[in-house]
Amino acid sequence: MIRFILGKLLYLVPTFIGVTIVAFGFVRVLPGDPVLLMAGERGITPERYQQLMQQLGYDQPVWRQYLEFLGRLFQGDLGESLVTKSPVLSEFLTLFPATVELALCAILLATLIGIPAGVLAAVKRGSWFDQVSMGTALIGYSMPIFWWGLLLIILFSGVLGWTPVSGRISLLFFFPEVTGFMLIDSLLSGQDGAFGSAVAHLILPTIVLATIPLAVIARQTRSAMLEVLGEDYVRTARAKGLPWRRVVGIHALRNAMIPVVTTIGLQIGVLMAGAILTETIFSWPGIGKWMVDSIFRRDYPAVQGGLLMVAAIVMAVNLIVDLLYGLINPRIRHV
Amino acid sequence: MTATPDLANKPPAGTRRQMLAEFWFYFSQNRGAVIGLWVTVALILVALAAPLLAPHAPSMQYRDAFLVPPFWQEGGSTRFLLGTDAIGRDILSRLIYGSRYSLFIGSVVVSIALVGGIVIGLIAGFFGGWVDAVIMRVMDVILAFPSLLLALVLVAVLGPGLTNAMIAIALVLQPHFARLTRAAVMAEKNREYVVASQVAGAGRLRLMFRTILPNCLAPLIVQGTLSFSNAILDAAALGFLGMGAQPPTPEWGTMLAEAREFILRAWWVVTFPGLAILITVLAINLMGDGLRDALDPKLKRS
Amino acid sequence: MTGYSKLLMSAAVCLAGAGAEAKTLVYCSEGSPEGFDPAPYTAGTTFDASSRPIYNRLVEFEKGTTNVVPGLAESWEVSEDGLQYTFRLRPGVTFHTTDWFTPTREMTADDVIFSFERQRDAANPWNQYTAGISYEYFNSMDMGSLIESIEKVDDLTVRFNLTRPEAPFLANLAMDFASIMSKEYADQLEAEGRMSDLNQQPVGTGPFQLVAYQQDAVIRYSSNPTYWNGQQPIDDLVFAITTDPAVRLQKLQAGECHIMPYPAPADIEAIRADESLTLMEQPGLNVAYLAYNTQVPPFDNPQVRRALNMAMNKQAIIDAVFQGTGETAKNPIPPTMWSYSEETQDDAYDPEAARQMLEEAGVTDLSMKVWAMPVQRPYMPNARRTAELIQEDFAAIGVDVEIVSYEWGEYLERSSAEDRDGAVILGWTGDNGDPDNFLGVLLSCAGVGEANRAQWCNEEFSDLINQAKATADQEERAELYRQAQAIFKEEAPWATIAHSTVFMPMSNRVQGYIMSPLGSHHFEGVDIAE
Repeated sequence: MIRFILGKLLYLVPTFIGVTIVAFGFVRVLPGDPVLLMAGERGITPERYQQLMQQLGYDQPVWRQYLEFLGRLFQGDLGESLVTKSPVLSEFLTLFPATVELALCAILLATLIGIPAGVLAAVKRGSWFDQVSMGTALIGYSMPIFWWGLLLIILFSGVLGWTPVSGRISLLFFFPEVTGFMLIDSLLSGQDGAFGSAVAHLILPTIVLATIPLAVIARQTRSAMLEVLGEDYVRTARAKGLPWRRVVGIHALRNAMIPVVTTIGLQIGVLMAGAILTETIFSWPGIGKWMVDSIFRRDYPAVQGGLLMVAAIVMAVNLIVDLLYGLINPRIRHV
Repeated sequence: MTATPDLANKPPAGTRRQMLAEFWFYFSQNRGAVIGLWVTVALILVALAAPLLAPHAPSMQYRDAFLVPPFWQEGGSTRFLLGTDAIGRDILSRLIYGSRYSLFIGSVVVSIALVGGIVIGLIAGFFGGWVDAVIMRVMDVILAFPSLLLALVLVAVLGPGLTNAMIAIALVLQPHFARLTRAAVMAEKNREYVVASQVAGAGRLRLMFRTILPNCLAPLIVQGTLSFSNAILDAAALGFLGMGAQPPTPEWGTMLAEAREFILRAWWVVTFPGLAILITVLAINLMGDGLRDALDPKLKRS
Repeated sequence: MTGYSKLLMSAAVCLAGAGAEAKTLVYCSEGSPEGFDPAPYTAGTTFDASSRPIYNRLVEFEKGTTNVVPGLAESWEVSEDGLQYTFRLRPGVTFHTTDWFTPTREMTADDVIFSFERQRDAANPWNQYTAGISYEYFNSMDMGSLIESIEKVDDLTVRFNLTRPEAPFLANLAMDFASIMSKEYADQLEAEGRMSDLNQQPVGTGPFQLVAYQQDAVIRYSSNPTYWNGQQPIDDLVFAITTDPAVRLQKLQAGECHIMPYPAPADIEAIRADESLTLMEQPGLNVAYLAYNTQVPPFDNPQVRRALNMAMNKQAIIDAVFQGTGETAKNPIPPTMWSYSEETQDDAYDPEAARQMLEEAGVTDLSMKVWAMPVQRPYMPNARRTAELIQEDFAAIGVDVEIVSYEWGEYLERSSAEDRDGAVILGWTGDNGDPDNFLGVLLSCAGVGEANRAQWCNEEFSDLINQAKATADQEERAELYRQAQAIFKEEAPWATIAHSTVFMPMSNRVQGYIMSPLGSHHFEGVDIAE
């Protein structure tokens, strides 16, 4: 087993090096010049420009900049943001819990609704429930979520006034950050209504971010379930006269879960992409919005560090899913 | 789309017709797929006949009609059925012309990704060894980034615009095709018929394209439809973030981005482009489901 | 000391609790500040969160005007030759007592000298207190070469020696980069080896002090209990960072914030209709323009430029792009600025006459590029849309327009090039209310290849501007600027498009808010009714 894990890890090394090259390389060829942006409409003299380029280290040969970048990376230093002048890593870590909180809630919602819906649809194949739920799932799967988010804001925040418009918690509440997760911090603060406010702020973004994973999980569960239900041993179990519920609940579900767990794990990439749009629409102070803002203000080190961290997280989650899969299903360990 | 299966192998005419009939039988079993097919056909017709159907030119500015609501709402008129945008352009006409862009984006992106992915996958699968290792690690690198994020940075590098957005999206979608092709090649490479034709002196290239490829066409077609709808969604998202097609192009995502400031004042400029995206993507996904059911032998039997 | 300050705070809370809830004003701001040290930055968003609530300057702009009034300096004298400015500092001014700093002395000349020396002197340890920092405003206002030396006369007297007389100098000192920082605090940070905290944990003399900043989300301030200009009516000031204007408005309507800047022009009607909201408005100190490249034929011919100006339907731009929230511009400076020339006659919108003029100039089959900025600015809500309208207008007189755009940084750079192809849409917001800040920066010969996007060098015009800059008497200067505006109109290096109106929607409960003509947002003295 340890060899299996080590093998997997070793396998990731070249990929990770590739990721650093991409993160560094892309950002270095981004058009637009941070120095010029700093100057704005008023412009800048050529001498001053040279001076600033030198200060920021952009006058060095690219390979040299890359090596320096790698060197600092291994010391956990992702450089400093050009805009805020604070370390990129600490900015990332400050904003990261907001994204994690949102993503966890979304995946939880997607799983809690998606799996039962998929199972039920498979069991009652062809019924109206199957048709309606799978139809809805396909609509969810086809949804441009940035538009979906706008519609929900117009309806629930604008017309009905049920949910807050944006942000993570009402400004009336102010307490120190302990975990960075608003749901937990608001409970720890002991302030009346803080938790409720945090929940209310989470509802719409969670729904929007969960839409696509929910559809994918429901569809995947249904087809995995159908496949298992068609297997001989399930048929045998039925023929033996075991209660249907027991067959579905114990034998079929357990086997059907293997591909579903993988699917859930693989949604992490989808969630990160979704977070970019969701956070932008809801002004959610997380990684997705930060990345978009950084791209627009040409904050090279922030884009670079962000790309790297996001890719590393996706890789790590995929690795964990892989390992879990190997645990559940020992047959594939030898691959 | 219905003509694609006869690319597979080169069976005698009778079998080909039979296969086609079988395919259509399974496909038409799926009611959703048939609806999706008809909607898609309708969309293609709309796109082709846009100049005939659109009541106004898509970029014609009516200076006397800024932000006119749809005809059924107070203040609207049948002159502009779905209303006008901020500089007096007819929304219906822009939506009609916009269908051209979405279908164009889907086709171009899928073509690039498909061709690129197949070539890369064939090379990797057929040559194996370090070629395979390097290629597949590069694919891993691309897949390690969330697709939209990578596309966003790519477009920032290349410069905002429709062409660059399509290139970026094709690039991030392409590894899926490469992986599929490679897997199929690996599976088929040592089959008897391949070895046989190799012994018979068939060239490597010929072998790859004439013998192996047709046998992995089915999953590629399914992946292709999936990517088609993904491409439309991603292009719209990039447009929405201001990195896709640039105004005044009547691309739906870009229209949404331009309309965002009006969400409180003029719901119609926000609602209709999004609806158009949803309907298009939904139709193609419905069709994709049907194709998968009809082409995937594993599901056929149940 | 931290414990002590917390104790004080809780005592204050108890006192407030006895009477009423702590009064909190929530401002839905449009973006995150880049940092809390105003000197290295140029963005108004950063200044709104740093220099304006937290700091003071030697002199200040009077609320609601661009008049320069005493700030941390009680009074000043200018020498006959205009080379020496001597400031008497206000006694008894204290810096903030925060969780991270407790002052032991009052503000003195040392603090003033420190605040300028760190920007002026590259050898000063604070010149580069974080990597890559630079003082763009200080540099672009040419303060480095203007100030010869700054001397401490006594603890409360400081003297600036200049290398040349400069009429706008006082107004420059009221700008955000000239905020006065605490030298004592800086020394403490230096000793503790955490100099970069100056940008994260500010200490100033202003009406509010920073409590906490949650990145990209919320900034919290509390009122400065020892403020030299009196106690603030509110206890807490909160900036809720909300980048989308429609979302800001929704939050305002939902009561999640009390006041917001930059509403979308499209929403102005809805705001007016909402009875729980008050809408303040003011002509902005700005101008949006289309600058021809006057060095490239046929645009080197004033006749051609004027013809194109006449073909432009500015009112349609006001209606469609500004949604009526602006006025057409005839001069390069806004009407609220002193020396604005009322006599200027704008070229009337007349496509027929424009077509004829082009023919007379011997120009046929003209095709040109119009550059549209990729970003929204206070003076131009949507350059793309403006360009599309201009495209249609010019097409009506047979001029074919291609719209081009670049990434913002690139746009700024490329549009400065002397051989630029096409006319460029751009604008300007005043920094200090001085006409030289518009006419000198944007149109004088010195700006060619830089901020002078028309690449227009007219000796007569430039002479007038230079003469005015070295003149002390305002009436005299105004006359010179009026003459310059007449030349500008005759030569038409720009099509002056619009002066936008600046709006400030707020809850009816907000009292005492005064809009700044410079577009900055101040909350000193603002109250909120229960």
